[in-house]
Amino acid sequence: MPALEEESLANASNDLSMKSEPKIRVSLPEGLSAETLREMYGRMVLTRLCDDRAFALNRQGKIPFAATCQGHEAAQVAAAYALKRGTDWVVPYYRDTALALAYGVTPREQLMCLFARKDDIFSSGRQFPNHYSVPDRKIASISSIIAAHVTHGVGMALAFAMRKEPIVTLITFGEGSTSEGEWHEAMNFAGIHQLPVVFMCENNEFAISVPQKLQMAVANVADRAAAYGFPGVICDGTDVVATYSVVREAVERARSGDGPTLVEAKVYRAMSHTSDDNQLTYRTQDEVDALKARDPIPRFEAWLKDRGLLDDATIKQMKQQAQAEVDEATDWAEAQPPPTEADLYTHVYASGPLS
Amino acid sequence: MATAQVAKQTQSTMVQALQSALVEEMDRDKDVVILGEDIGVRGGVFLITEGLVDKFGTDRVIDTPLAEAGIIGAAVGMALYGLRPVAEIQFIDFIFPGFDLLVTEAAKIRYRSAGQFGVPMVIRSPYGGGVRGGSYHSQSPEAYFVATPGLKVVVPSNPYDAKGLLIASIRDPDPVVFMEPKKIYRSVKSDVPAGTYEVPLGKAAVVREGKHASLITFGAMVPVALEAADIMNKDGVEVEVVDLRTLQPYDTEAILQTVGKTGHVVLLQEAPQIGGYSGEIAAFIAENAIEYLEGPIVRVGGWDTAFPYALEKAYMPNPNRVVRALKKTLNF
Ligand SMILES: Cc1ncc(C[n+]2csc(CCOP(=O)(O)OP(=O)(O)O)c2C)c(N)n1
Repeated sequence: MPALEEESLANASNDLSMKSEPKIRVSLPEGLSAETLREMYGRMVLTRLCDDRAFALNRQGKIPFAATCQGHEAAQVAAAYALKRGTDWVVPYYRDTALALAYGVTPREQLMCLFARKDDIFSSGRQFPNHYSVPDRKIASISSIIAAHVTHGVGMALAFAMRKEPIVTLITFGEGSTSEGEWHEAMNFAGIHQLPVVFMCENNEFAISVPQKLQMAVANVADRAAAYGFPGVICDGTDVVATYSVVREAVERARSGDGPTLVEAKVYRAMSHTSDDNQLTYRTQDEVDALKARDPIPRFEAWLKDRGLLDDATIKQMKQQAQAEVDEATDWAEAQPPPTEADLYTHVYASGPLS
Repeated sequence: MATAQVAKQTQSTMVQALQSALVEEMDRDKDVVILGEDIGVRGGVFLITEGLVDKFGTDRVIDTPLAEAGIIGAAVGMALYGLRPVAEIQFIDFIFPGFDLLVTEAAKIRYRSAGQFGVPMVIRSPYGGGVRGGSYHSQSPEAYFVATPGLKVVVPSNPYDAKGLLIASIRDPDPVVFMEPKKIYRSVKSDVPAGTYEVPLGKAAVVREGKHASLITFGAMVPVALEAADIMNKDGVEVEVVDLRTLQPYDTEAILQTVGKTGHVVLLQEAPQIGGYSGEIAAFIAENAIEYLEGPIVRVGGWDTAFPYALEKAYMPNPNRVVRALKKTLNF
């Protein structure tokens, strides 16, 4: 558990601070100020609105494909804030909307990739939505190919270590991804070289329709770390603070040269796998409904309110502000032009097309 | 072509035709076992195996872990020791983690064991663009497999052929890569007999007769070729469309016949041109039928880039590009 640190809320001041700061003192998790906690909450709210918008646009026939991270927001935001943003790299997978938004991707950039516009900074409309590539914010390029990126992340960490740069690499993936050979090869490599890596499994218990018990014979993904010579830690990935403290510890281990950690954040998948899937073909409506009780957003909201860090008025204001931002981003991105045929041949090689 | 008597004709999609091939073969031979990601209760992401787990149980309809090397490698082992596995790779773009098991192992075991072992397995996998699948749900990588002696490569273009070719592939003693054109899974219907029949591997079909030019293609490009032929027909040009159906071994006789008849050849594929399958057919024609040619062999394919998401339409060959190619060889 995190060491507790005292902070006077009255000192917190930015546009996320509440209108009338209560003069109370509460214990905050190590490394997190009241302001940061509110910011994290804000990222979760923003993510949910972006994801809802993605699905709505898909249903309206405006975008061909959408995938959301609903149920994963707490784990992703916690991980992003446990890193040194601007220094540490994230090597995410396609379900990491919240991680990306917490790591500096803006709503406009998010909407541009949903609409696959020419000026979509991730891929210029070449990739599926949520396939980020943002080097200036230290977000690696995402492939749709499951687990390929885990090997890249390990290679990146090796490069940082060789150059003696104190950079930590966070690599994320689902529990299904841990069945791929590449995943095991990457874990092994990282273990042998004791690389500065944090592996974070976002375990939602399903890989499309395949439940965890058909994916592995062990009870926890974290159990697999032992085979590679580094620790595996489990946390409740719907609990922001719990995930934060576990990832933070792993980041510290990595940065101080003590090698990798495998963090398993137990989350859930609220929606179908993607807009092309219908989860009711493999789990019941009752099962899906029951998941809502684990929604990390109201849970974090209650946690913040209990500690006097947020009140209803501020929550309302934050939600309205985020909604306005997503609406503006949607209208703006929709109005941007798609790529044209002239853009087909750029960036095949550094020198351009060969023929 | 059909080897069995036709009991009942129904208009079916390719999805239904493929499913009926699997069901009939699994009914006929208990050694036929299917495996792949999400093929059980989900019925596969394209629902080819919908309901099969209820009919045949989890022993013969195996939802595998998310691991293509494991799927293909296990299928090789199953095939080596008496089963007839039909493995599904969810999209052919995901076959590469298992590529080694396919091209180094499955393809070569018969040869390296001097015929003592054989690998009677089928890898079924949806391929191709046109469904807004982006970079990694759209590719047409047939050339890698064709370039590997020991593998057979089959690509149906319509429901009737899909059923007969899949049955023939399952019964074949060697590994078959069975590429399913996902764009026409549900968009093309044809009569599909209820009973079992085989469409033999290695035999092309002339899907439209013509005497002025030969348009040789396969899979999801067959409807594009037919559209182009329609357009040419308005000017009185009769284009013969040949559907190869099996890419390896390919039907040399059918190719020589159509080239001899028309003297003009256009080759159409979806994959990037560079190193593509059409190059093989062009070389074969140049080596064996140059005396018939009255114009250059012209290729139409995808552009030499990765497959783009937003620019899918510009990327994929369309009837107008095929028409331009036909005119190029005809006006030579
Ligand atoms: C190599 C490869 N195989 C299969 C797929 C198809 N696929 C995409 S996502 C997915 C399930 C992934 O599950 P998991 O890793 O648990 O992550 P989740 O989507 O649940 O977050 C599958 C099978 C793929 N993209 N790449």
